[in-house]
Amino acid sequence: MSPASVLPARILIVDDEAPIRRFLRVALEAEGHSVTEAGTARAGIEQAAREAPDAVILDLGLPDADGLSVLRAIRGWSQVPVLVLSVRADEAGKVAALDEGAQDYVVKPFGVKELLARLRSLLRDRATAAGGPRTVIEVAGLRIDAAARRVDRDGAEVHLTRKEFDLLWMLAAQAGRLVPQRMILEAIWGPAHAEDTQYLRVYIRQLRAKIGDDAADPVFLFTEPGIGYRFRGE
Amino acid sequence: MTDTTIRPEPEALLAEAARATRGRLKVFLGAAPGVGKTYAMLEEARRRAADGAQVLAAVIETHGRAETEALLRDIPVLPRRAVYYRGRILSEMDTASLIERRPDLALIDELAHTNAPESHHEKRWQDVEDVLAAGIDVYTTLNVQHIETMNDTVARITGVRVRETVPDHILESADEIELIDLPPDDLIARLRAGKVYVQDQAARAVQNFFAKGNLTALREMAMRVAADRVDAQLREHMAANAIRGPWPAQERILVCLNESPAVRDAIRVAKRSADRARAEWIALTVASARAGALTDEDRERLDASIRLATRLGAELATIEADGNVAQEILEFARRRNARRIVIGRPRPGSWFARLAHENVARDLIRSGADFEITLTAAQDSDRGGRITASLRLFRLAANRRGYAAAFAAAAAATGLAMAAQLFLPVPGLSLIYMTAVIAVAARFGLGPALVTSGLAFLCYNFFFIDPRYTFSVMRESEFVNLGLFLVASILTGNLAGRLHDRVQAQRATVDRMAKLYNFSRRVAVAASFDDAVWAAVSHVASTLECQAILLAPDTEGRLQIVGGFPPEDRLDLRDMSAAGYAWERGEPAGHGSGTLPVAAWFFVPIRSGDRRLGVLGITRTNWRAGPAIDRPLLDALVDQVALGLERIRLAEDLQETRVASEAERLRTALLSSVSHDLRTPLVTIIGAAETLEDGGALTPAQQADLASTIREEGERLDRYVQNLLDMTRLGHGALKPNIVPADLCDIVGAARRRLRTLTRDHLVTGEIPADLPPLRVDPILTEQVIVNVLDNAVKYAPAGSAITLEARIDGARVVLSIADEGPGIPAFAQEKVFEMFYRATDGDRQRAGTGLGLAISRGLVEAQGGTIRAEAALPDGTGTRIVIALPIDNPEWPG
Repeated sequence: MSPASVLPARILIVDDEAPIRRFLRVALEAEGHSVTEAGTARAGIEQAAREAPDAVILDLGLPDADGLSVLRAIRGWSQVPVLVLSVRADEAGKVAALDEGAQDYVVKPFGVKELLARLRSLLRDRATAAGGPRTVIEVAGLRIDAAARRVDRDGAEVHLTRKEFDLLWMLAAQAGRLVPQRMILEAIWGPAHAEDTQYLRVYIRQLRAKIGDDAADPVFLFTEPGIGYRFRGE
Repeated sequence: MTDTTIRPEPEALLAEAARATRGRLKVFLGAAPGVGKTYAMLEEARRRAADGAQVLAAVIETHGRAETEALLRDIPVLPRRAVYYRGRILSEMDTASLIERRPDLALIDELAHTNAPESHHEKRWQDVEDVLAAGIDVYTTLNVQHIETMNDTVARITGVRVRETVPDHILESADEIELIDLPPDDLIARLRAGKVYVQDQAARAVQNFFAKGNLTALREMAMRVAADRVDAQLREHMAANAIRGPWPAQERILVCLNESPAVRDAIRVAKRSADRARAEWIALTVASARAGALTDEDRERLDASIRLATRLGAELATIEADGNVAQEILEFARRRNARRIVIGRPRPGSWFARLAHENVARDLIRSGADFEITLTAAQDSDRGGRITASLRLFRLAANRRGYAAAFAAAAAATGLAMAAQLFLPVPGLSLIYMTAVIAVAARFGLGPALVTSGLAFLCYNFFFIDPRYTFSVMRESEFVNLGLFLVASILTGNLAGRLHDRVQAQRATVDRMAKLYNFSRRVAVAASFDDAVWAAVSHVASTLECQAILLAPDTEGRLQIVGGFPPEDRLDLRDMSAAGYAWERGEPAGHGSGTLPVAAWFFVPIRSGDRRLGVLGITRTNWRAGPAIDRPLLDALVDQVALGLERIRLAEDLQETRVASEAERLRTALLSSVSHDLRTPLVTIIGAAETLEDGGALTPAQQADLASTIREEGERLDRYVQNLLDMTRLGHGALKPNIVPADLCDIVGAARRRLRTLTRDHLVTGEIPADLPPLRVDPILTEQVIVNVLDNAVKYAPAGSAITLEARIDGARVVLSIADEGPGIPAFAQEKVFEMFYRATDGDRQRAGTGLGLAISRGLVEAQGGTIRAEAALPDGTGTRIVIALPIDNPEWPG
């Protein structure tokens, strides 16, 4: 999938820093998107309601209100993908944003390339929703066939248990996107196990071993320490 | 500058300054009761009140005199405090309320008054001191016979000795003394008219006291005190105003303190001479082996005279002398420029005592030809003490074993002599008794030896001298024999006994010196305040056979118990206020002292120079048991404690200074780091951005190059800012690691991804086993650590070289090592690289970097319970390996 394959979209940027809005606008418009900007939480909510953007880039630190309140307001009527901008130390803020329904985050200061990659994977949902769900994902020698529940690495079959396969497919289906630990645990082990992160660590490790991925220098599965996992994007 | 410049004496100025904050004391001095002191005081007080001053009558004894009461009419009177003592109700001045009401002027009659038992202070003058210290002016009255140094003279003149005395320094510190003078005839007339109230004294004594001759002498004395005072004020004024006076060369007066009954007189004489000559005076004690052999009574007298001398303002000095005491005293006097020596005349002892004792007074007169030597005689009242003292020598209770031994020895000698008479002539048997006397003397000292002599004499006479079994003697030769035996046995007993006592005393002295020496050594090696306190209390307790406690001010200046032996953390209110008094006033207080004598503890202030360090308290469950508290030894111990505490304090100050200069160094380093490390990337970014703006001639490759330069420098700036943030959080203890189970390989992976562009010129390889147990760490912080270490490795290792990550389990930890192929860190700097702003510099070649990365890494690792260190990666000392050990998560780990 090349960048060009993403449909032009309307993006709302909610950030109080004009220079950041400015360079984001330049970068996003270069990708073919159209951009609206908001400098405050109030303006952000208004614009989100009025413009019905395809994605929102939301800074958590706003002058008039917490960015989370903007997120909550938007979630009141819309499931539009939201990408949160956060600072490195604010782990709790990231987790809270993900819990409130943000799809992903990037840490300030971020690279534009990284941001655009995240945004693309968020916007892809729109595309797949239009073109029907995919059943086969193939990337860098790894082939995952959801219908056949079969995984091949460089042409050789890899035997996965049911849970391992479910886990891999869940991550791969959202390639490039952060999947919070909690979400994975609830989906695969059930809501009762939402806190049992050690299960997840064990399974991820087994999975990595089977598909030949090195945690210290990963190719397929990336860990966001303390937050969740991310399957490699395009 | 000329040598005639005269500057005010600083001490005189200080004295004036101290007086400014203190209340002013005015003493209405009279020669005798009834001269009208109270009246004069009230008159003056009314004048002050008319001027607008708030006057409060704290204690006024009107003795029912109408004219005095009339004067008191519109002056507010402070209610007395009722004190119940042994079924009687006494009323005393309510000092606390007085201070609380804060009048401008307090009227306190009868300065020499002794307070009811269990009062805060023993004497009223001590209360007056407190009132003055609170900044309240005081008017008070005093009769001349109550002045401490006048006491003896007055007693000699009038035959009436007053017990209530006021120390001279109170009078000296008075700002004003007004002499209330009444000619003796007028006073006697007033007495006859019943206008003089005399407190329940026998009428005859009163008659004697108010005899005209007495009154004249007293009046003269009062006048002299007042005149002296005027003189002193004049002199102080001259000194404060730098007026040159005919001050004589600093001469001193020396008073020898001994156990002589006349010593109190000697002290007072010395004090008076010193006052008159405006000279300093020294009270000298001679430490000799003999001092250890003093009777309790003598020792008490010596201690009391030391206290008296201290109270009267003498400088205390001690010399060691064995043998020629007089010579040593004269030597000391010469050294200190003392031309006058005062000494109490030794008590007139028996011919025998004169033989055995050194007569120091006589020796002084004999060899101190160039000194003025004053002998003072004991008074009758003191002589009784001597008799009881000598009786005490035979006090059975004191040396019961010794006297039992005397009887046993006499009996044994008799038995032996019975057996020996078969082959020894009777006169020879006396040798056996003599041996017994010597044996007892050597073992038990003088008293038992003399008893043995007596018993031996009797037994020898009874059993062996014809006619046997009677005490009579028949032949002249045997009479002589017996007589010689008695004399010889007493002399030998005496000599041997004295030798014994002397050895004992010597031993006690040696013991005391050893204790002091041990103590100073222990205090000297104490490394901390707590150590020193512990050494102090435990040593004082064991040396003086008492309980000891040490109080010191806390950071807010409140006195707190800092140590006790046996450990004690509570004092009752009375003891606490005694301790507080000792602390505030720098004087001993509590049990047996002049202030709060009913307290269970006795407190002495600990001070070093002018600095107050704390208060040392001692107590015993039973003060009467055990040997008397050795005050000089206690004082010596307190001095040592002061030295020890002072030393610790200095060391701590030094440490603080060091910390402060370290903080200063860090601040400077931080400033230079911020200006250098923050700006360098900015310079690059701004430069590259401007070049891009100009655009034009740049090839696309050049543009891309500039753009990536901007990005890389921006990332570098980001890492630097992150470090500064972490440093601040570490420095403020605000770093709260979010400890969760986390896999090391995940963390390493995240760190490597973050540094992908930075490490692209290096070969980063890692062998992190996938089956490592999870760690108990904050993954974000640990990631930052790895980023910092990798950043450092990239900075110092040449491009193209390898950076190797390895991890293994070591006990309850996982050890991660990150090795580069750079120049390495010299061994001496392998610890220093973890200090803030330290950079392993290599000549001028300073790499871009902040010197913060590793310091912060250490802070972060340690905050999570791990360790980090540096070592050489290769055997030749090159290459750097950073070894990080991190704790493994709980053992429930299912893998």
